[in-house]
Amino acid sequence: MRKRILSIFAPSLLLVLFLIVSCSKSGAPASGGAAAEPTNTLSAQILINGAGSTFDYPAFSQWFHAYAAIDPNVQFNYQSIGSGGGQHQLLNQTVDFGASDAPMTDEAMAGAPGKILHIPVVVGGEAICYNLPGSPKLKFDADTLAGIYLGQITKWNDPKIAVLNPDVKLPDLPLVVVHRSDGSGTTFIFCDYLCHVSPTWANTVGKSTSVKWPVGLGGKGNEGVAGQIEQLPGAIGYVELAYAIQNHMTYAEIKNAAGHFVPCTLDTVSAALATAQIPEDFRFSMVNAPGDNSYPIAGASWVLIYQNQKDPVIGKKLVAFLKWAITDGQKLSTQLDYAPLPDSVQQRELKLLDTVKY
Amino acid sequence: MNETAVKREMETVGVGGRHFGDRVFKGVTLLMALAIFGLVILIASQLLRGSQLSLHKFGWRFLTTSDWDPVNGKLGALAFIYGTLVTSAIALFIAVPISIATAVYLTELAPLWLRQPLIMFIELLAAIPSVILGLWGIFVMVPFLRDHFDPWLQKLFGFLPLFQGPIYGIGMLAGGIIVAIMAIPIITSVSREILRSVPGLQREAAYALGATRWEVTRIAVLSYAKKGLFGAVILGLGRALGETMAVTMVIGNAPQIVASLLAPGYTLASVLANEFNEAVTPLYLSSLFEIGLVLLGLTVVVNALAQLLLKTFAGPTVKPQH
Repeated sequence: MRKRILSIFAPSLLLVLFLIVSCSKSGAPASGGAAAEPTNTLSAQILINGAGSTFDYPAFSQWFHAYAAIDPNVQFNYQSIGSGGGQHQLLNQTVDFGASDAPMTDEAMAGAPGKILHIPVVVGGEAICYNLPGSPKLKFDADTLAGIYLGQITKWNDPKIAVLNPDVKLPDLPLVVVHRSDGSGTTFIFCDYLCHVSPTWANTVGKSTSVKWPVGLGGKGNEGVAGQIEQLPGAIGYVELAYAIQNHMTYAEIKNAAGHFVPCTLDTVSAALATAQIPEDFRFSMVNAPGDNSYPIAGASWVLIYQNQKDPVIGKKLVAFLKWAITDGQKLSTQLDYAPLPDSVQQRELKLLDTVKY
Repeated sequence: MNETAVKREMETVGVGGRHFGDRVFKGVTLLMALAIFGLVILIASQLLRGSQLSLHKFGWRFLTTSDWDPVNGKLGALAFIYGTLVTSAIALFIAVPISIATAVYLTELAPLWLRQPLIMFIELLAAIPSVILGLWGIFVMVPFLRDHFDPWLQKLFGFLPLFQGPIYGIGMLAGGIIVAIMAIPIITSVSREILRSVPGLQREAAYALGATRWEVTRIAVLSYAKKGLFGAVILGLGRALGETMAVTMVIGNAPQIVASLLAPGYTLASVLANEFNEAVTPLYLSSLFEIGLVLLGLTVVVNALAQLLLKTFAGPTVKPQH
């Protein structure tokens, strides 16, 4: 009996050990980062907790790692549980800051124990990606996008698409519409755009982090949507620009409010933010922004903090980090394909951060 | 002490025994058992509490409407219930023949040296994490379904509304197949135990009457173990109902009720996994709680049924295996 157990157990154990050894050898030390920094362990290490959007999680990771070199006494812990989760946790005061791709509504803020400030930290564009044989470069405008997502345009060689793309031979494939199945700020931004450009959409579907889609398949997360677009011929969907670039997907040029077809790049997204109307509380929408070079489907992701910080030590460190992130940190986030905040916006945000009381 | 003396002793002092240590032992184990029971009650009560808003607003309509519109506050769970039941049905349709045949092979026909490795492989299948199976599903199974299997099904059975409509690869059929893969190990293991517990006398009697190998299996083993096998299947169904990640990745996540198995669908577990994090309005959150309640209720009923069936078959001769 013992021999039998050994004969089965031993090889499996060896296999597991082999996997562990091979993985640890090839494992990148990138995650070692802030947690493994040789800081003065005797001095008070301040831990700041945040939670929220998955969209800016890569930016936060990069920032925390780099900020540890600037201020070794503070450590960050961020959980990317989604924008809704971030707002909830901030309202319950279990985290020091929240991160959300959609601004908080008035009703949500009314239930908060204090005034909440919205600090935009990254800006992202949404690329309209598609999967067609030959990967032709296509152009879309607001009407065609709304028509596709409302289920009115069902084939790739529909005249509405063909008239925008006269040089391309469009195949007779059915359009497979892909959207997000999970609630997400990306969906919010896309639906916000469709509400602005299509009264039918605004009246039937509306905008939210999760909507009742008239047609289409749902993918979980940006990665789910990207995966489904790559797997299904004739698929079309919206993903964050960073995902589209890193997965080498084909995406379209979209006609903006000024009538120009612009591609989705960091410059066109920044241009949109520079021309967008930004109110005092920074809860803005930048879809369909005016300006010749503005990309119409883009949005910001905000960090949410209380104006009255309960703990002055944490509050000061948090504000210092945020000030760094929106100025010097923007160079790092552009490496991750987020568009940088324009200078004018940075200055206004610094002034807003100065109003935080401890 | 002989048997009667032990029995008399137990009757006078109770099962706990007259030693203090034994009573402590009994108390601690009772506490652990009650803790588990309490946990289940706690989960159910939390779900009930969370779904109050939705229960008051929608009542029974929640279970009969398939409209899922969070923006306009019109929410109904019928599409998810339909999706859950259909994927489970497909899964059982595929898994039951495979599992029972495997169990029969393992207990009746396999050479002794093959049994242990085969059993190990089946248990390995059970150990594969749901997400890994989902990834395999998206990158390997779905293209295969889309390019080869679904068109073949549509060619052969296209006259049935079950196989009509556009082919994405992703859909109810893909979800059902993935769940089948996850249910097979459980149904096989439990069926194996059930079949092993069939008394040898039954088989010998059948052989004595001149039955062939297959007839012995059919008459003496399978029909004797019918109820127990049914219980094993229900246990597999209980697992199938709760599968989340793998199903979410391949089912298409579209809350609709259509006859075609090739169309995308949505299950109770998938909608919870997808939308719970970002549910911002109280009514929306409450509806998701209610979906959790429905899923819990469904799972409890199915599992209780399985346990009942297994117990009535097994009786006093076989110890329940878990």
